[in-house]
Amino acid sequence: MPMNKPVSADQNPQPSAAVAAQIDALVARYPNPASALMPSIWAIMDELGFVSPAGVDLLTQKLEVTRARVQEVLTFYTMFRSEPQAQYVLQVCHNISCHIMGARTLIAHLEKRLGIRLGETTPDGKFALEGVECLGACGMGPCLQLGKHLYEHLTCDRVDELLESLRRGEVPRADTERELEA
Amino acid sequence: MKEYNILTSRFGRSDGHKLAVYEQEGGYQALRRVLGQGDPAAVRETVKEAGLRGRGGAGFPTGVKWGFVPQGAEEVYFFVNADESEPGTFKDRLLLDYDPHQTLEGTIISCFAVQAKLAFIYIRGEFGWLIDRVQAAVDEAYAAGYLGKNILGSGFDLEVIVHKGAGAYICGEETGLINSVEGRKGQPSIKPPFPAVAGFLGKPTIVNNVESVASVPWIINNGPQAYRAVGTEKSPGTKLFSVSGPVKKPGVYEIPLGLPFREFFNDWLGGMVEGEQLKAVIVGGSSVPVLPAAEVMNVNLDYESLQQAGTMLGSGGMIVIPESCDMVELIQVLMHFYYDESCGQCTPCREGTGWLHRIVKKLRRGEGTAEDLDLLAYVCNGMAGLTICPLADAAVMPMRSFLGKFRPEFEALIRETAVAGPQTRWPRGEQE
Ligand SMILES: Cc1cc2nc3c(=O)[nH]c(=O)nc-3n(C[C@H](O)[C@H](O)[C@H](O)COP(=O)(O)O)c2cc1C
Ligand code: SF4
Ligand code: FES
Repeated sequence: MPMNKPVSADQNPQPSAAVAAQIDALVARYPNPASALMPSIWAIMDELGFVSPAGVDLLTQKLEVTRARVQEVLTFYTMFRSEPQAQYVLQVCHNISCHIMGARTLIAHLEKRLGIRLGETTPDGKFALEGVECLGACGMGPCLQLGKHLYEHLTCDRVDELLESLRRGEVPRADTERELEA
Repeated sequence: MKEYNILTSRFGRSDGHKLAVYEQEGGYQALRRVLGQGDPAAVRETVKEAGLRGRGGAGFPTGVKWGFVPQGAEEVYFFVNADESEPGTFKDRLLLDYDPHQTLEGTIISCFAVQAKLAFIYIRGEFGWLIDRVQAAVDEAYAAGYLGKNILGSGFDLEVIVHKGAGAYICGEETGLINSVEGRKGQPSIKPPFPAVAGFLGKPTIVNNVESVASVPWIINNGPQAYRAVGTEKSPGTKLFSVSGPVKKPGVYEIPLGLPFREFFNDWLGGMVEGEQLKAVIVGGSSVPVLPAAEVMNVNLDYESLQQAGTMLGSGGMIVIPESCDMVELIQVLMHFYYDESCGQCTPCREGTGWLHRIVKKLRRGEGTAEDLDLLAYVCNGMAGLTICPLADAAVMPMRSFLGKFRPEFEALIRETAVAGPQTRWPRGEQE
């Protein structure tokens, strides 16, 4: 998921040579080329934020798999995207534990603040709001994911702070980032 | 309340992820011992004797599963299942976050036991930060000679690949997991053949949960008898429970199997937060039958006791439900989940989860009738035990138990709405 990148107007960007090289390395690492498909898709996702048609071409060439196979995999997994995404995709867990702890209230609050319904993107392409299944933070819910960042123990106030920071272009520290000794 | 730290000795620390710290505290000694002895069968035997049961949900004895790999197989693969997607479960995440080397050492020993030369650690894609942490540990282990060619001069080779998932609950099912790494949709395959005989690329493959694998170094270091000294006869050892809901102290706990729920709830979790009363508990992740407060207070937390009580230990994802929660609303949340996550191969699962979800939604819209409750039961009967993988059962178990144990709530909703007429019941943003 793109973090600080603006939404690409380009619907068909070409993955860079660096990504192509990354895919070559993955193919060498995995026991057969096709099993490197998911990590190769991730390599493209990490650079472009989605897998463009040019990305699909690259995958079919490098991994010796059919276009149908690539499409099948792209559409099966919810984290893989085939279209440009909003700059900040806010994914709120709406599963059972978070629901018990107030996820619905949080979603309603986000809908109001962003002026969009669940599943929509703001007209400026900056924010998208999605409901997702359990994020593995059930005891720390309600929670929300933004790319690699997981925010836990959320309240309406904390969500407001988060939106403020994002509007300034700052992605706050995730709750999963602990103080670690080097 | 005694503390147990077979698995959690480095939890909460800011340095527990480092190889140097792990080594200082006796890490990788079990691996040295095992490779020094050079006897894979002995490792399998030790784990079998310890009675370690798979912590991913099914509780199948780990050592016994390892024994299913055909003797002398040339190519064997090992998968560490860190897909952790069962709602209510967040324990493997902490194991890998605070102590990645423990799981890694367990992985290397397990691979030696089944003579696998390539292992995948399959981590759900949502755990982006965790993938970095585990990869860093893997890199450290390579640099220190615990991975790669000729590990510690033993002649044993092992490569480990950290594989990132991409958001699909069904990839936690072992054959779905294998298909996913093969670069396909993560749809489960019909068993038999079991993966231990024909799995990844058609070769013998063992899939084990993170917690199962993480328990192995301790068992090697301390011996099967010490492991059996904790827990019960048929459920030896400790188990991680991840607790969510409005209790005073939610979080991940390592408890001896067999601990009475009452004691766990009152002494460890501190009971409910002020103002909430206990209504029900789902003890083992969203897929197992719910127990009303009066029943759960009398169970012990081990595989047999929970089975006798009509539920399952599952993944240990304990969801505590307060009196203030509407059970029909909660089952709608769950039925949405299973409907969303059904991989769609089996008609009873694909159609059944859809029906269950739609009927519950209809009830919640205020359009339900008494016949709908019979229809829910009827649809469940058409799903249970009739599918390729247990996801259909995983939807049926909560549905049946919610309906069975909390039927008056369903009936009251139907009665009330028959008078009041249809209404929207979410605050906003109808869940489709
Ligand atoms: C729908 C479904 C989802 C599952 N999800 C997981 C999971 O997220 N993690 C896990 O370890 N096992 C999961 N399992 C169980 C695995 O199929 C398998 O039994 C387990 O990983 C084996 O490891 P163990 O023997 O160490 O428990 C799931 C099973 C089903 C049917
Ligand atoms: S039971 Fe459901 S999830 Fe499992 S294989 Fe069949 S359709 Fe897929
Ligand atoms: S239910 Fe929300 S993170 Fe698990």
